[in-house]
Amino acid sequence: MRGFGIAVAALCTLLLSGCGYNELQRRDEQVKAAWAEVLNQYQRRADLVPNLVNTVKGFAQQEQQVLTQVTEARARAGSIQATPELVDNPEAFARFQAAQRELGGALSRLLAVAESYPQLKSDANFRDLQAQLEGTENRIAVARNRYIRAVQEYNVTVRSFPSNLTAMLFGFKPKPNFTVENEQEIAKPPRVDFGTKNK
Amino acid sequence: MIRAVLLLSFLCATGWAQVAVPPLTAQVVDRTGTLTSEQRAALERKLREFELRKGAQIAVLMVPSTAPEPIEQYSLRVAEQWKLGRKKVDDGALLIVAKDDRAVRIEVGYGLEGALNDATARRIIREIIAPRFRDGDFYGGVSAGVDAMMGVIEGESLPAPKEAARFEGGNVGQALPVLLILALVAGGLLRALLGRVLGGAITGGLVGALAWLLVGAMAVALFAGVIAFLFTLLGGGRGYGYYGGFPGGFGGGGFGGGGGFSGGGGSFGGGGASGRW
Repeated sequence: MRGFGIAVAALCTLLLSGCGYNELQRRDEQVKAAWAEVLNQYQRRADLVPNLVNTVKGFAQQEQQVLTQVTEARARAGSIQATPELVDNPEAFARFQAAQRELGGALSRLLAVAESYPQLKSDANFRDLQAQLEGTENRIAVARNRYIRAVQEYNVTVRSFPSNLTAMLFGFKPKPNFTVENEQEIAKPPRVDFGTKNK
Repeated sequence: MIRAVLLLSFLCATGWAQVAVPPLTAQVVDRTGTLTSEQRAALERKLREFELRKGAQIAVLMVPSTAPEPIEQYSLRVAEQWKLGRKKVDDGALLIVAKDDRAVRIEVGYGLEGALNDATARRIIREIIAPRFRDGDFYGGVSAGVDAMMGVIEGESLPAPKEAARFEGGNVGQALPVLLILALVAGGLLRALLGRVLGGAITGGLVGALAWLLVGAMAVALFAGVIAFLFTLLGGGRGYGYYGGFPGGFGGGGFGGGGGFSGGGGSFGGGGASGRW
């Protein structure tokens, strides 16, 4: 009887690992780790904002509008509970992405505005903050790329045979992935204007 | 027919237009032919000494251009392939120069992001490297930039380099591969020179003495010695080509002292800064 039990257990183990159960677990864990890194880097960017806003305020009082936009975008991005479970909810995921995109846009407007204040530009504190912000944007790009790769591998496993059966049985669903941020801009053909057009 | 081939190769070229990551052959890889061989040797010596002393790996890559990729993307691909820095410590850094793009970047491994943070990396580029590059002094810029990077990393407390650790700790696991390779190489040579029994005895004695030095336990040393003796005594005479293959593949991480250089398995996450001149 005991021998039978062991045989059943061994069979189950073989069947499960043969059907990609372990593979699914591993990929799922990879996606989670990659997502944690994305959140981490977004948080890092959000943490830079108050300091940056204060520094710019000191030199460019009149740019109230851009500054408020940044602060508001940061608040909105922060209000979305960025939990690891967000990955499994496509709508929340899309909202989160939109909020982060908005913050990114507001920050790049702020930096563009700063270009017209020579004193601000030469301020050591501002320069360091700018370097940190650039570095963080790059880290976000890297973390997003790695997340995209991890999700790709996971989704392929979930959808391909025979691991898709295991996935169905244990409720592993395909995960949403990042989309290209400026899809519409890319879709538009570039306009080249040499200023010599006949009018 | 020829047209089809041309078209195909054109398609391949456009679809696969990324600049390839050059192999990591030394601490300084110059694809632009800017540095003279003495300058390269001087830089490599400096970086090698730093790695032996501190453990952190720094490499320099000069390419003509990274187009169509931005330098950040290319540099991360290089870093991911070269794996500078020790595994788990991630203390690697890369100074990359795209000469015709007039762009330079310092890519920093996870473990060095504290010391060589983005702001510091940017300052090194703006204040030390870019002015010299602007004057056309590429060696001066790279050399001073590397000096500044080493100076910053110097202040960070990192785990001791492997070489030192190996002699300090009595870690059998760390010493074993070295002993094995030693036994194989020395055993093969000595057997060819002195014959099976004498060669085996000498190899056994050598390996035993070394094991004793490294590990400090007599029993382990005796065991290693006997194994090495038996190995040399009984090992087939056919494997010289096999032995010959060993020194080449050697040189990861802390062992990278002589000739070859390779990354130790460090990872990168996009930290660092870029600049132009």
